[in-house]
Amino acid sequence: MQPLTNRSKQVVKKEMTFAEKLYLPAIFGGMIITFKNMFRKSATVQYPEVKRDMSPNFRGQHVLKRDENGAERCTACGLCAVACPAEAITMNAAERKKGEEGLYREEKYAANYEINMLRCIFCGLCEDACPKEAIFLTDRIVPTEFDRDDFVYGKDKLVEKVNERIDVTKRQTPEVLEFKKNKSLSHNKI
Amino acid sequence: MTHYVFYFLSFLAILSGLMVVFSKNPIHSVLYLVITFFAIAGHYILLNAQFLAVVHIVVYAGAIMVLFLYVLMLLNLNVSAEPVKKTWVKVAGVISGGMLLLTLVATFGKAETQPLIQKDATIGVTANLGKILFNEFALPFEISSVLLLGAMVGAIMLSKKEVNK
Amino acid sequence: MEAGLLFKIILVVAMFAVSLLVAMYSTFLERKVSAWMQNRKGPNRAGPLGLLQPLADGVKMFMKEEIIPNVSNKALFIIGPCVAMTTALMAGALIPWGGDIELWGRTFTLQVADLNIGVLYIFGITSLGVYGIMIGGWASNNKYSLMGAIRASAQMISYEIAMGLAIIALIMSTGTMSLKEIADQQDAGLANFVYQPLGFLIFLICAFAELNRAPFDMPESESELIGGYHTEYSSMKLGLFLFAEYINMFISSAVIVTFYFGGYHFPFQNEINEALGLSTTMATALGTGIMFLKVFFFIFFFMWIRWTLPRFRYDQLMRLGWKSLIPLAILNILVTGVVMWMNGKIN
Repeated sequence: MQPLTNRSKQVVKKEMTFAEKLYLPAIFGGMIITFKNMFRKSATVQYPEVKRDMSPNFRGQHVLKRDENGAERCTACGLCAVACPAEAITMNAAERKKGEEGLYREEKYAANYEINMLRCIFCGLCEDACPKEAIFLTDRIVPTEFDRDDFVYGKDKLVEKVNERIDVTKRQTPEVLEFKKNKSLSHNKI
Repeated sequence: MTHYVFYFLSFLAILSGLMVVFSKNPIHSVLYLVITFFAIAGHYILLNAQFLAVVHIVVYAGAIMVLFLYVLMLLNLNVSAEPVKKTWVKVAGVISGGMLLLTLVATFGKAETQPLIQKDATIGVTANLGKILFNEFALPFEISSVLLLGAMVGAIMLSKKEVNK
Repeated sequence: MEAGLLFKIILVVAMFAVSLLVAMYSTFLERKVSAWMQNRKGPNRAGPLGLLQPLADGVKMFMKEEIIPNVSNKALFIIGPCVAMTTALMAGALIPWGGDIELWGRTFTLQVADLNIGVLYIFGITSLGVYGIMIGGWASNNKYSLMGAIRASAQMISYEIAMGLAIIALIMSTGTMSLKEIADQQDAGLANFVYQPLGFLIFLICAFAELNRAPFDMPESESELIGGYHTEYSSMKLGLFLFAEYINMFISSAVIVTFYFGGYHFPFQNEINEALGLSTTMATALGTGIMFLKVFFFIFFFMWIRWTLPRFRYDQLMRLGWKSLIPLAILNILVTGVVMWMNGKIN
């Protein structure tokens, strides 16, 4: 077979010489290697103080966005739940009452919206499926919990606070924006 | 002071010696035997024989008893596995043991005991011991080493696999 | 109370304190050295530079839940770690930590006891070290622990022989079994490892095996025996086992330094002491400092080897012990005898 690279080495199993049988030169060589490594720069990143750069399209904990007026964008269409390969998303829809226009953008909204973070595989298909640009994955890491129940995130954890908006513009890379301009490919017709 | 140490060590040696016989668990027996050896090593030190004391600990407590433990741990001895001994074996054991006791009591009961006087304070020092071993007792020393060599060769012969049957 | 006795008591207490302190920071150093060798940082959160890490570890050990298995032999399960710790601390009494110091107008020696059978005593204590492991491993009533205990006993007995033979060659060339005399002899001449290079190598390898340290950590190999003899141990009893290993490492480093590297003596000792104009006590302090430097080097060496070499297989371990080291040690005795005879030291 044609070798893919020229780095492969032919292995020869031959009788060891006396010097090799002593093992001492080999041990000494190994010790020099470990000693040299003591003075190399350590690869550790001191996590809470120093954070490594993340990819702009890193997929972490979800956020349910509000619009400019602070109304929830989600209309509980269920496309994200259908798209989800891990079946992590469930929701209940409700009709908007009079006087709730400031809270919910559309006539229908999600009364409950839950994502099970233990089931979620952070694929981002919910984000692609969303016709209202309501759900996004962010660069936040889902924290650990002691109880399984605590991993089921409800609207209290998912919807962004009005005065603490979560920035998702980093995810809008030029490729994404280009894709969204092409209305014929998209269901995202506002 | 020395008296108290002597009595304490003797008490310890006899007590743990009895426990060797009476404890049900063979591992406990071995550990009590180790304590007995320590007590006896203490006696050696009281007799100013430090070399003997340390060698006693190194050889008996440190090596032979470890091997005993090693074998006992592998054997998995428990009550159900213990073979039931016949009655006449027990009777024979009691009679022969009793006769040995009788002989010992008769012998040592009549023996005259003299207060222990250290004739030579440096007798237990390693250098002097070595000189005595290799001058006065050279022949018995060498013969015993040949005996040990024979035992070693025998052990190797026993453990070797037979090549052609 | 007599001043001599008082000084001895102080020295014994100091011995224990120093042994425990060094063992404590050896655990820290081990983690640091392994981290450096693997391009990591190691513990650096508890206190400045992570220096309080051993304390944090100790507190953790004490606070953890104490578990004694139901099916274990409870008395022996508790005795096991006690024996391991006791035997580890016992050998320190014989090490000469320094020369004479003058206090209250009297002269004292920095050594707890100078026995004329010192080398044998150290050897005897080493041979007892296996009991803690064996008792603990057997009493756990766990097959992995038992395997660990059995491996430990077989390994330690095997390597004790080679170690004893290496020591015999040393005793032949020094002509004494007192550790202080061995150390002082190396002041006048060269250090013993110059005369006994092969003996030193054998002793060092056997020390690794007796300490159950990598590459000879068969009894506790975590990948196959999930901890070996201390699989069932938890809380401070586990801590005692681990601690005993580090104390053993400290003491055996001190023994190696005393036997083969001149103990508290160092080259051009008298010239340096005269040039600095040191009093007896100060010179002793300097010597003790130098000795500790040597000891720390060997502690580092033990760690260096651990993080360099992989573990031996069991049959390789036994082959090395019985078929290589023991014949080499006997050869070493023979060569030592011939050289001494040629030099006219024996007739």
